[in-house]
Order: sequence, then C-alpha cells, then structure tokens
Amino acid sequence: MAITTLNPPRIAKSRLTGRLVAQIKRHPTVALGSSLLLLMVAMALLAPLLQTHGPQDISPADRLQNPSSEFVFGTDMLGRDLYSRVVHGSKISLLVGVGVAAISISVGLAIGLLTGFLRWFDAIVMRIMDGLMSIPPVLLAIALMALAGASIQNVIMAIAIAEIPRVVRLVRSLVLSLREEPYVEAAVSSGTPLLRILIRHILPNTLAPLLVQGTYIFASAMILEAILSFIGAGTPPEIPSWGNIMAEGRTYFQSAPFIILFPGFFLSLAVLAVNLLGDGLRDALDPRLARRL
Amino acid sequence: MVATIESAEEDAVGQQGHDESALLEVEGLSTYFFTRDGVVRAVDDVSFSVAAGETVAVVGESGCGKSVTSLSIMGLLQTPPARIVSGHIKLQGRDLLTLPESEMRKVRGNEISMIFQEPMTSLNPVLTIGRQIGETLVLHEGLSEKEAESRAVELLRLVNIPEAERRVREYPHQLSGGMRQRVMIAMALACQPKLLVADEPTTALDVTIQAQILELMSDLKQKTGSAIIFITHDLGVVAEMAERVVVMYAGKKVEEAPVVDLFERPRHPYTAGLLDSVLKLGSSSGERGKRRLNEIPGTVPSLKDEIVGCPFAPRCSYATDYCRTDAPVLEEKAPEHFAACFHSDQLAEQEN
Amino acid sequence: MTIGRIAPETETPLLEVENLKKHFPIRKGLFSRVVGQVYAVDGISFSVAPNETLGIVGESGCGKSTAGKAILNLIKPTDGEVKLEGKRIDNLSGAKMRSVRKQLQVVFQDPYSSLNPRLRVGEIVGEPILNFDSRNRHAREERVIELLERVGLPADAAKKYPYEFSGGQRQRIGIARALALDPKMIVCDEPVSALDVSVQAQVVNLLMDLQQDLKLSYLFVAHDLAVVEHISHRVAVMYLGKIVELSDKHSLFSDPLHPYTEALLSAVPQPSPRRKPDRIVLKGDVPSPINPPKGCRFHTRCPYAFDRCYVEEPPLREVEPGRQVACHLHDDAEGTKGPSLPS
Repeated sequence: MAITTLNPPRIAKSRLTGRLVAQIKRHPTVALGSSLLLLMVAMALLAPLLQTHGPQDISPADRLQNPSSEFVFGTDMLGRDLYSRVVHGSKISLLVGVGVAAISISVGLAIGLLTGFLRWFDAIVMRIMDGLMSIPPVLLAIALMALAGASIQNVIMAIAIAEIPRVVRLVRSLVLSLREEPYVEAAVSSGTPLLRILIRHILPNTLAPLLVQGTYIFASAMILEAILSFIGAGTPPEIPSWGNIMAEGRTYFQSAPFIILFPGFFLSLAVLAVNLLGDGLRDALDPRLARRL
Repeated sequence: MVATIESAEEDAVGQQGHDESALLEVEGLSTYFFTRDGVVRAVDDVSFSVAAGETVAVVGESGCGKSVTSLSIMGLLQTPPARIVSGHIKLQGRDLLTLPESEMRKVRGNEISMIFQEPMTSLNPVLTIGRQIGETLVLHEGLSEKEAESRAVELLRLVNIPEAERRVREYPHQLSGGMRQRVMIAMALACQPKLLVADEPTTALDVTIQAQILELMSDLKQKTGSAIIFITHDLGVVAEMAERVVVMYAGKKVEEAPVVDLFERPRHPYTAGLLDSVLKLGSSSGERGKRRLNEIPGTVPSLKDEIVGCPFAPRCSYATDYCRTDAPVLEEKAPEHFAACFHSDQLAEQEN
Repeated sequence: MTIGRIAPETETPLLEVENLKKHFPIRKGLFSRVVGQVYAVDGISFSVAPNETLGIVGESGCGKSTAGKAILNLIKPTDGEVKLEGKRIDNLSGAKMRSVRKQLQVVFQDPYSSLNPRLRVGEIVGEPILNFDSRNRHAREERVIELLERVGLPADAAKKYPYEFSGGQRQRIGIARALALDPKMIVCDEPVSALDVSVQAQVVNLLMDLQQDLKLSYLFVAHDLAVVEHISHRVAVMYLGKIVELSDKHSLFSDPLHPYTEALLSAVPQPSPRRKPDRIVLKGDVPSPINPPKGCRFHTRCPYAFDRCYVEEPPLREVEPGRQVACHLHDDAEGTKGPSLPS
C-alpha cells in the first residue's frame, strides 16, 4: 500500500531552531517586540557603561536644566542627570516585570494544575481567588505594600499576589478542557500514571497560553510598579525607577515637562515591546491559527 | 498556469455552448485559496448545469472541493484567502460573478437559497425562529412584521413542525437537531427560490431523523418545483435524492452521469472504487469476513502542489504511464455520461 | 480468510457486563443541588467472548459511547458490574486498574484529537509500553516500529508528528497504540465514522485482519449500521440507555424483532438508485434521557405501540436461542400476545 505523508519536504527540518527561525519570519511582531525588549535589557545591563553621570549625583547648580549636550535628557530638581537615571530605571522596571511574571506564573501554574484535578482543593482555592479578583489589582498592591513596607522584593511580591488569581483561572480552565481531550483519555486508558499525564500531556499544552499570559503580566507589572512608585507606595525613593522619576517630576510638570516625558516614553516603549511580543507569540503558538491551511 | 485555465475555459464553453433550458450554469469555475504556504486549488475548472426543477448531487470525499463549489455559487466565499480566478456562474443567463454585492444580496435568499450542514451554528441563537424566517420575507418581499410572522407559521407547518404557533416564538436552542434543520429548510424556502443549494444537510443528523428530512425534502420538491444542488459524501443519499450526479476528486470534476448510469456503469475508476468500498446494508449478512472490503489505497493528493497528469493516477489500478503525465479531459463516454479518464472503456468492460 | 464465530454459550466470556448504569446528576443553583439525573446508560447486560466482535449501535444520545467509557473505567459506573476474564474491574482504581488496562484498550473516534499534537508518533505509540516497562528503551523503539508496520505505516513515521498524517493514517497510529500492550479486548468507539468512505474500508479491513491474527475481541460502538454489520458477530441495539435487541448479526439484520431495529434498518439510505426505499419513517424525536418515557421507552415513536407499552417496561429476554429482545410484541411466552409484527 502506498502511504504518502502530507507535505513531507517542508516539515523535514522540524528541529526547534529551524522552526523558530521560520516562525519569526512569519511573525514580524514577535521579531520587533523581542528586539525592542532585548535593547531594553541591554540598556539595563550596561547601565553603568551607558551613564554619563552617576544616577544619584546631586548637583544643585545644575537643577532643572533643559536637555543639552551635557545633560542629554536634562536634569531634575536636585540637578541629577535624567538620562543616567532613566537608563538605571530600566533595571527596576524589567526586574519587577520579569520577577512578577515568573512568580505569578509558577505559583499560578502549580495551584491551577491541582485545582484542575482535586475537587475539594478546587472548591476552597477558587473561592479565595474569586475574593482576590474582586479587589482591583492596584488597590490590592497598595494595601499589601502598606503592610510590608517599601522595598523592591515587596513590590514584586505585592504585584505578583495581585496577578496570581488570573493565572490560576487560566490554568484551571485549560486543565479542565485538556482533561476531556481524547488523547488524555487515551493516555489514561493505556495505564499512564497521573504524574506522567500531567507532565507529558497537560503541562506542555498549557505552556503556550501561559507564555502569552506571562508577557501581559510582564507589561502590566511594569505599569503597576510605576503607579505604585508614582504615588509613593512602591520602590524606595533612593532607587531610581521610572515611576519614582515621574513622581519627582510631577510638581515641575509646567516648567520641566521632560522629567515626566522621558521616563514615560521609555515605560510606554517597554510595555509596547512586551505586548507586541505577547501578541506575536499568541498568534505563533496558537495551533489553530498555525494549522489553518 | 493562467494560459491553461483560459484555454480550458474556452474548451468548456465551446463544447457545451449556452444551454437555453439550464437554470444554473457553472462554466469553468476555478476557486483558489491563496495562503501563506501557497495556492490551494480547491476547485479547478469545474463545469456543470442544473435544469429547472432538477436535483443534481455533487459527491466527493472531504477536500474534493464540493463545498467550495457551493459557496462559490452562493457568493459566500471568504475573500481573501479564497478567490474565484476564472469561470462563470450563470443563473438564467445572468452571470452572478459580475454582480455587485448589493445585487447578489437580492439573489441570495430570494432566487437561490442554501441549507447548511450544522443547523445550530447557522441559526442566530438570540433571535426567535419566527424572526429569523420572517427576516428574509421582510427583506425580499416587503412584508410587514405581522404578515411575516403568519407566513413563518405557515412555513413551519409546511416543514411538518408540530405546534407551529408556539414554535415560532421559540429560540433555536429549544429545538432538537432535526427540528432545527426543518427550520433551516423553512427559511430557505421562504421566498420560493428557484434553486436550493443543500450542503450536507443531513450529515449531522441521526439516521431516523435523516430519513424524516430526506422525505420532507422530496415532498417539498414536488410541491415547490425548486431545483436542488445536493452536496454530500453519502452515496446512499445520492442514490435516493439525485437525478444527475457530479463526482468530484481533488478539486476537479471527474465524472457526470444520470444517477442510475453512474451507480450501474461508472466510467471513472474513482467512482467505481468509491462504489465498491461503500458498505451496503445486508450485503454481508452471509458469513462474516468472507468478503474483504475493496479499498482505494493511499490518500487524496495535496491540493497545494500542482497535480501533473490525472489526479487519481497514484491510487488507480488502471493507471498507465501517460495517466501520470497527461491530464485526461472530460469526454462523453456514453449518452449524457461524461468522465475524465483514459481507461473508461477498459473499466466498462471489466464492470460487465 | 477464516470465518468469524458466533459465541458459543459454553465458553467463558472475556468481558461480562451486568446491569451497568451510568447516571449523570444535573446540578443547579448556589449549592449545586442535584435536581435530576441524565439516565445515559440505564441497566445494560451483555458479554463478549474471546475473539468475538460485539457491535453496539444506536443513535446519538442512546448511551453507547458512555457505556464504552464506563466499561473502560474512564468514568465510574453508577451501578452494575464489569468483569474481565471473570474478575470485577469496575470497582478498581489506581495501580490495580492500571494493570487491567494491559488487557483492555481503546480506539477513539476522532483521529485528530486522540493523538497529542506535541508528541512524536513514536512517543505516542510507545507510551503504553513505557508505562509498564520504562527500562529497555531500545526494545521499546523496536516494538514501536514493529507496531507501525503492523498497521501499515512506514517505520520512519515514528519520528514524525501527528499533523503530518492524514485522518486514515492517524487512525492507524491510534490502533498501533491500542495494540502496544497485546490487549485481549479493544473498545472501538466510532473508529471509522470520522473518515472518508474509501479510507473507512482500509481501516475496517485492518481491524478485521488484526482480529484474526492477534485473536482480539472488539466491542465495536458505532452509529453506522452497515459498518457494524460488516465487522460484528453479534449486535446490540441501544435506545435511550437500554439495549432493545441483542442477537447474532445475521438474524438481526435479516429479521429484526424490535420495531426500533426495524425502523433503524429501513432508514439507512442505500446506494442503489433503482431500489426506492420502502421506509418506516419514525415520527418525532428521541425523547430526552433526563425524563425517559414511562413504560417502553420507544412507545412514543413506535408504530405498533399498544396499551401495555405505555405502562409496563418490557425486559430484555431471550425469545429464540441467541436472540434477545425487549418488546411486548414478543410476549408469547407470557400468554398475553400483542399484535404480531407485520412483515
């Protein structure tokens, strides 16, 4: 009998790297988003090299200078170089974004997998999650910060706690629908232990949507950090973060709008980069979209 | 590629000419899907016609292009990715492909209407049955809402829905699958169309319900005199409903014949293979396992690659070298019996 | 090809199902109060002999697929017993059930969703073996190739992903997976209904070849009567969670005893245009399994229903050797004969 597979040559190089390259070509938003994000990461890592002044160096004589060749982005009310502060601020934003995404995804994934398989656990945990979700994330984070005190770790934890319920809901709904998939039933029928079913059949199929969700959490965490810092409930004032810089520039907005505009621009750019990446990944990883003709 | 399409189209028109009695004429229709991975030749140079009051079945397996043909006729293709690259679809001599969308909207539901496979997804879940049937009447016949509702009740009675006065105020989810398909038929018949395109109308239904719907469609055809294009993969349904049959394979029309001729004297090996592999009830009621089913080996070719020669050649037991290099054209092998095969005569001898 | 066999009464059955029930509770409101039951499977009994195929036919919602899943212990039966080789398996769980699964395998309907899209074919087919012997990787890979070739796929299929195959080929992969542990019994849940006609024939032939070579038993659940007729030795007809008729294939298809079987057979469109159907068209729809009709469940649509059918539910009983039917028209033995079935 002649068995021919469909389109054999094109898929022959189904190695991960080869597929990745092809996917990037197909999904320019992923490429654009990730290169923007890489630039941001490079900026954060190379901040000590990129800076033109110390980010904390006070120079009262040069306060509230307009952008010039000496101070590219101008100076703030204490005469600190805004450019160097913005460059260093990227570290905080990215750290908070990555930290929150990593913590909320991993905790949410663990809880979500369990709720999908244990009925009693599901009943208790989901009511708690519903309660947490009924509070707006900003308010929840502010309340947690008030309890914990200002530090970067606390900012990350506070925002992560506010984001976890959303991840749990997502994972739970994925697990519940995956459990009904015939291939999971087939695995049960062929005597596959629960742990292997979770690792082999359930987990890999939750990762793609989680990765996408992760990028959105990344973006919203950066914004939340800025909001918290802006209202003085976030990153301690001695550490330059975009939110802090904007907060400090608030009163001088009339005379020196650039103090808010520059960090604001970078924040928008970072959020845009992460969101582009997320949208692109969603299209690239959605098997229904990818299989369409 | 373009050149071959044009010449093929001229051939088709030249051979068959303009048929005065035809209600619908499909001439050299080619519908391609332009995707990232290349061009999918879903329908490739297909011609057939439907006379007034006639039932023509279009059969083939999944991916043969039968549904795309019906959507092309209805003007319901998603463009992009689909595009009709050549051909004409003439309703009583008027080419539907050249009509602007606003004109086409008047044709759809009024002169041609369609019944889909999945009655649940083709009904709007938030409108009552009466509103949905009435909508076409208000739109095309200018009836008032009230007149439309009483017509809707009449139509529901026509399709044998009990308690039509009550049902007309119900929502689609309150009806069973068979009932919904009846509603779809009532909607399709609302404006007394000249042509009904039924795309797998009973495939999603159970056999006892399918029997009801087929009976209903035969009855209504007697009463209304609409022509029907019946798209299906089920040869049993074809045998029961059709007067003439068009067989499609890999986007091409491979055979066309009156229904009895087709079932008794197939002239294309694909049709013959299909008829052999279909299970007939009662045929193996002797001892089990005596008869191995005849299978058609292999799988349908991908429509993304250009097919050289006869599309069925890789699976055909009659195939010879020139089948793999030259595409056979559709020829009249017997009166009114067309097939695209170099070995029709050999097949006919074997069948006898 | 050898001729299939009709289960002799004397032989120990491989699979026995006794009074199997599966009811799904309907919950409503804040406290998930149970407000009703879906009587999906409502007391069915049958047995399958070694190397035999029992077909289960019925329309959607008759409970045939639920019965298959309850037998496989994918859902817990509400009541009744399932025995494999004389041992009860319906109350097993965990490791005990896992070891039973070596004997009892399944082939699903949808060749697309029954294969994990992220695993290679080799991993899919090898998984059952891995579950019971994770040490010898080399032997497992050899066995996978042997299995693939057994179902008519090339050895290099093991390295590919499911989406590179057509529907029929995917169904072969699913069959290879079911064969991996050398089972005695395979539950086939509509294994060919998602396939095209020409491919259906390939898969039906494959299943019959495998049965002959490997001495398998099948529980073949399907709605397509012609396929069931072709592949089965005996056939059970289900309607609203009950078996209404169970007998050998030949008598069931040539001389149906139950009016539902009769209507079902006559409803199938036949691929022969000259033979115009002499059809019994049933009135109305299948009633809801939430509130099945009192008395005989088929009386609402039965053309021969009489007063007794409205009040008393006919039990499934043997009316001729090897033929069981649940219908008051065959009450001869009780002496209260109803109208005989017109031929």
